[in-house]
Amino acid sequence: MLAKRIIPCLDVRDGRVVKGVRFQDIRDAGDPVEKAVFYDREGADELVFLDITASAENRQAIVEVVQRTAEEIFIPFTVGGGIDSVEFMRELLSNGAEKVSLNTSALRSPELISAGAMQFGSQCMVVAIDACRLYKPKANEVKNSSTCWEVYSHGGRYPTGRDVLEWAVEAEKMGAGEILLTSMDADGTHSGYDNELLAAVVDTVSIPVIASGGAGNLGHLVDALTTGKAHAVLVASILHYGKYRIADIKKYLAQQGIPVRPVISYP
Amino acid sequence: MPPKGNSNYIALVDSGIANIGSVYKALEKAGRKAIVTHEANVIKKAAGVVFPGVGSFAYAMMILQKNGLVQILRETIESGKPFLGICLGLQLLFSSSEECSECETKVIPGLNIIPGEVKLLPAGQPVPHVGWNRVYLQQKGHPLFKGLPEDPYFYFTHSYYVQPLEPQVRLALTFYGSQFTSAVAHGNLMGVQFHPEKSGPEGLLLLRNFDNMVFIHR
Repeated sequence: MLAKRIIPCLDVRDGRVVKGVRFQDIRDAGDPVEKAVFYDREGADELVFLDITASAENRQAIVEVVQRTAEEIFIPFTVGGGIDSVEFMRELLSNGAEKVSLNTSALRSPELISAGAMQFGSQCMVVAIDACRLYKPKANEVKNSSTCWEVYSHGGRYPTGRDVLEWAVEAEKMGAGEILLTSMDADGTHSGYDNELLAAVVDTVSIPVIASGGAGNLGHLVDALTTGKAHAVLVASILHYGKYRIADIKKYLAQQGIPVRPVISYP
Repeated sequence: MPPKGNSNYIALVDSGIANIGSVYKALEKAGRKAIVTHEANVIKKAAGVVFPGVGSFAYAMMILQKNGLVQILRETIESGKPFLGICLGLQLLFSSSEECSECETKVIPGLNIIPGEVKLLPAGQPVPHVGWNRVYLQQKGHPLFKGLPEDPYFYFTHSYYVQPLEPQVRLALTFYGSQFTSAVAHGNLMGVQFHPEKSGPEGLLLLRNFDNMVFIHR
C-alpha cells in the first residue's frame, strides 16, 4: 500500500522563496534550495516549487533553482507555475525535476497535457486545479446535491465557467498522472481542507489527488486523508512558520492509522 | 580514463536509456564518485557496476545491442563483481518482457541473465505505480539492506514488474493490488525495481551498502 505523502510547498518568485498571505504583503523568505534541503532532511516525501514569477523574462531563475535543488536533494520534486510548452517541461525535467504541474496553460490548451504525457510519461504530469464553490452551504447545512465547484485560472484570479469535476476527468483523459487540488475557499483560512471537494474529485478520477489549502492543525491533515480520501497533502504555512515539524505530522498520522513513511536520518 | 591496475571505481553504465545525473549524484553522496561510461573496457575493469534505466524495454535492448553492451554486461555479471540494476536496469536482466498489454503475443527478449518474465502490473490499481511503497525483505540480513528500518519505504515509478522463475532470487516483495518482486539478489547480482536515487535517506543507505559491498567485502 502506498504511503500517504506529506509535500511541503515553496512559493518562489525570481528565484527566491516568498511568503505572504494570498500573495499580498509578500516577503523574501530565503533561498529555495536551502529550504528544499531542510525539508528533505526533515522527512518530506516530495516537494513542490510553485513559481509565481510574474515576467516571462525571469523564467530562467526557476531553472537554476531546479538545477541546484537536484544537486542537493534525493526525493522527488515538482515544479509548477508558468509552464506553457513541452520545451520548458523538458528543460525542467532534464534538469532534475521529477514532475511538472500545469494549471492555466492546460486550461487554455489541454493538449499540452497529452503532449507532455506522450513524451515524458503520465507520472511526470500534474494538473493543478484552483477550485471555488459556486454554492456555499450555510453553517450546519447538510451536503446539498447542487454543491459544485468552478475552476479558476491565473492563480485564482479569473473564473473559467468550467466545472471542477468535469475538468478533472478531462485532465485525466489527456494524460495527467496526478491532480493538485486547491480549494480557494479554504486556502488561507487555517480551518481545514475542503474535504467535500476532495472526496468528490477522488471519487471521480482514478489518479492520485493532492489536497491543498486550509491546513491549520494536524487533525485537518487527517481529515483530508480520510474523509477527503486524498492521497497526499500539500502543506505550507503550518510548516514554514514553524508550528509543526514533519516528524510531528507523521507521528500523529501514524497514530491515527494512516500509512506514512517514517522519518529517518541521512547516512 | 579508468585507473590502471587494481580497479577502484564503480562504473555507472550510461547506455542512453536513463537520466544518469540523479543516480550519479546519489552515488557520490552515498560513497564516492562513479565513472559514467558506455565503454566496454571501463565497465570490465570496474570493481562494481550500477546499471540504471528508464523507459521502454524494447528500445533499451536495441540501444544495448547497438552499443555492443549485451555481452559485456553478461561477462561482468559472470565475473562475480557486485552489480546493481535499477528499475529498467533490473528488468533488462530478465529473459523477456511483454511489449505492451494490447499485444500479448509479442515478447521482447532481454539479457536473459535471470530466468523469468517482465509483465505489466495487473489492472485494478492506477498504472504506473508511483509513490512511496513498502519493501519487505525476503533474504534476511542481506547486506544491501543493512541499517535500513524494517520494511522500509522506497520511491517507485513503473508500469512493469519482474517475475523470476526461481523464487529464491527474490530479495524483496512489495504490495500494490497484489504482491510483486521489488528486488532480486543472487550472489553478486542485485537489482531493485524502485529508485534509490529518489528515495531520500533510505536510498542513500542502500547505495552506501552497495558501495561497501564493492570496496570492503572484496
